[in-house]
Amino acid sequence: MTQDRKFPIGGPILEAKNISLSFGGVNAITDSSFAVLQHEIKAIIGPNGAGKSSMLNCINGIYSPQVGSISFKGKKLQKISPNVIAQMGISRTFQNLALFKRMSVLDNILVGRRLHLDANFLQIAFQLPKARTEERKNREKCEELIDFLEIRGIRDTPVGKLPYGLQKKVELGRALATEAQVLLLDEPMAGMNVEEKREMCRFILKVNDEIGTTMVLIEHDMGVVMDISDSVVVLDYGKIIADGSPDEVRSNQQVIDAYLGVAHD
Amino acid sequence: MTTKASILGYGKTDITNFVIMMVIAFAFVPMVVQTDYWYSSILIPWLCLSLAAIGQQIVMGFAGQLALGAAGFMAAGAFACFNFILRVPDIPFFVALILSGLVAAAFGVLFGLPSLRVRGIYLMVATLASQFFIVWMIDKFGWFKNYDTSGIITAQDIVIFGKPFTSPLEMYLVIVVVVTVLTILAINMARGSTGRNWMAVRDMDIAAESMGISLLRTKLQAFAISAFYCGVAGALFAFTYLKSLEPVAFDIKLSFKILFMVILGGLGTINGAFIGAAFILLFPVLLNSVGNNVFHGAIDATIISSIEQVVFGVLIIVFMIYEPLGMARLWDNIKRRSRKAN
Repeated sequence: MTQDRKFPIGGPILEAKNISLSFGGVNAITDSSFAVLQHEIKAIIGPNGAGKSSMLNCINGIYSPQVGSISFKGKKLQKISPNVIAQMGISRTFQNLALFKRMSVLDNILVGRRLHLDANFLQIAFQLPKARTEERKNREKCEELIDFLEIRGIRDTPVGKLPYGLQKKVELGRALATEAQVLLLDEPMAGMNVEEKREMCRFILKVNDEIGTTMVLIEHDMGVVMDISDSVVVLDYGKIIADGSPDEVRSNQQVIDAYLGVAHD
Repeated sequence: MTTKASILGYGKTDITNFVIMMVIAFAFVPMVVQTDYWYSSILIPWLCLSLAAIGQQIVMGFAGQLALGAAGFMAAGAFACFNFILRVPDIPFFVALILSGLVAAAFGVLFGLPSLRVRGIYLMVATLASQFFIVWMIDKFGWFKNYDTSGIITAQDIVIFGKPFTSPLEMYLVIVVVVTVLTILAINMARGSTGRNWMAVRDMDIAAESMGISLLRTKLQAFAISAFYCGVAGALFAFTYLKSLEPVAFDIKLSFKILFMVILGGLGTINGAFIGAAFILLFPVLLNSVGNNVFHGAIDATIISSIEQVVFGVLIIVFMIYEPLGMARLWDNIKRRSRKAN
């Protein structure tokens, strides 16, 4: 990371305070607190089942933690549905791909522009000037994004027919299209080869660099995590065992134990 | 990008196709088709049911909500139109038509509420309520039928600007105008962000919500617009095809017919609604004429109607397995192949 960033890391934008989430008797997250700073890339790592995805689902409003609170820019996100949280400026991708399979790549990305389109259905039905101009403007934005992600060749293909790696890219595109301030990326590079991972990293860094989007990403590839993130949170059995810069986390004994599988006491 | 020369975002081929279709509908058909039978038994019911099928298409093909109750909304529209014309003096026919669509849309919102909690086959069962409730309500409260005891009420004449439209050809023209306008509006919605929101909810609701789409609003909107189309279709169906108003005409069989139109025609396409409606309506006619002309009545009429049921059943299964996008997709493939051959 270079020192002269266009968007230097600022104060906390997203804060989780003492959150606990359980499903019946299973505790997914226990009393966890951490903060995401503005314009940073924060990685959440941990073994399988550590509660990483649950954490993102809590931030995004799909789950609501039984205890504790999450606040975004000082506002509490409690019992708010995902669409309202999206309006506040948090967007995401999903671990197991949640694309609109029967829609084309362009249409998928256009759905990401949802919050930038506010003509109602009558204005659209009658193609009033407002509906037409906003549609044209947003289509242009999406075309730019398609060029940025270098996926022009598959623009009109239904995403269900694309290979996995490309689908992951389209999903990133859809999340980027929202122009949200915070992006939650749930394993954006899972199942990719080295080449594809490198490309994905380039996109993530470029977006963070050029428009200053704050990113929270879950990733298993340690090389990637250490390379691109500004700070790392380590979860194990639903608890945060380390939170700090990549170097600090790497040398943390608890983290090493968690990854090497030392017995818990 | 696409061609710059366009009207309302439609490309050159779209406009050419539209002009050709309009010439056929307004000039060619009235000139060539002279028998009333073709208007009153084929073209009029086809266009009315196509409109209802567009309604079904919106809620099921686009928004992905398995709803079964189109005929209930058609009944609501038909009786609303009857009452508006009966009770509001000098109400223009088109105003009554739009208002009846709105009445049906209100029912659509009401019966769309279960979609917020249940989905799939369970939703289908829940939406059956609209079918039974609306027809029951019309039967139960005499006011809707103007306290007519005969059970069958003759529909009023369609009068537009003082001119009655009563001959089959005249009624056909009225319907073509309404269907053309509503079809264009439906296509605009389907191509715009309204349609994208519906399809997003259909394909992956959690992701749609995370992109800022309100599931509540989008689903209820789809139900309302769908019911609007069904309501207008029902009013036209009663006033031009049945020429009478009777709740039993809007039974569950009609709902199923409209459902089959959408499935066979192709889910998620507007032209699928027209193709499906044409097939469901014309196939029995074709079968009958084959029975009469080829076998000279050697096959019993009841057997023919059973064959019809069997063929529909088989076709629906075949389409569900091999071509879920229906006849509209088959048609597209044929077009593409012929273009390649040229």
